[in-house]
Amino acid sequence: MTLREVGTVTIVDLSGRIALGEGSALLRKTIRDMLEGGQTKILLNLGDVNYIDSSGIGELVSAFTAVRNRGGELKLLNLTKKVHDLLQITKLFTVFDVYNEEPTAVRSYL
Amino acid sequence: MTPEAKHLEVILDTHVESVNLAEEMCLRVAEAVGFSEDECYRIGMSVREGVINAFHYGNQEKPDKKIHLALDLTQEKMIIHVMDEGKGFRLADVPDPLAEENLLSTSGRGIFLMRAFMDEFNVVPGRTGGAEIIMSKKIPTPGPASGNGNHPKSSSDAAPKREV
Repeated sequence: MTLREVGTVTIVDLSGRIALGEGSALLRKTIRDMLEGGQTKILLNLGDVNYIDSSGIGELVSAFTAVRNRGGELKLLNLTKKVHDLLQITKLFTVFDVYNEEPTAVRSYL
Repeated sequence: MTPEAKHLEVILDTHVESVNLAEEMCLRVAEAVGFSEDECYRIGMSVREGVINAFHYGNQEKPDKKIHLALDLTQEKMIIHVMDEGKGFRLADVPDPLAEENLLSTSGRGIFLMRAFMDEFNVVPGRTGGAEIIMSKKIPTPGPASGNGNHPKSSSDAAPKREV
């Protein structure tokens, strides 16, 4: 997991699995630390995330809500097909703002 | 059970590592049986969700309780049983994660995913005293008309499946 700043947006590049015992806890801590540091424009780049289970979905929803409660926005970038399908069948595709292009996603925060 | 049927059963500790162990074990069997990569993903995910359910909700993460995982392979299908040692539950009492008021819930999607990804799904009282999840998937037959396609299911395909 790496963090980078593009303008006022913090992009979190995630990889591997977001699942129970594998990445969920790290994602939670990262989001919490970012919010405590005042970063509320957060873009999760899931381009290299090949697997998410229900715990991982729960972490994404939890992060979305936590950021929104601080007046910020958490959006998703570059969903793999599996993650896209998972968000679609769970109807979360209608909840998250999802982008395929990083510049477009960054501009959406303006 | 037919003479060709195979049965495999393991008892897992109520520990987070059991989730990956169960998933890996069932994936290997599914691959050996000939399921496609996409179907293996769905089977693996369903086993994972079943064991998470047993670990977290059934056994309430109590280490003195066990998770019972069983696989039955018949000529037609792969049947997976996940039993916990909790108090059991009724499917009718599980909230719908697609309901507007539950969309932002941080939990409660495991049962939905198992129903969506497997051909048959049911929960019955288990012999261990808790809940027994029973789910199955039809084993692919060789050839292009196997009906075991690799296309992802849309949300409309995710309706509750026939009970086992």
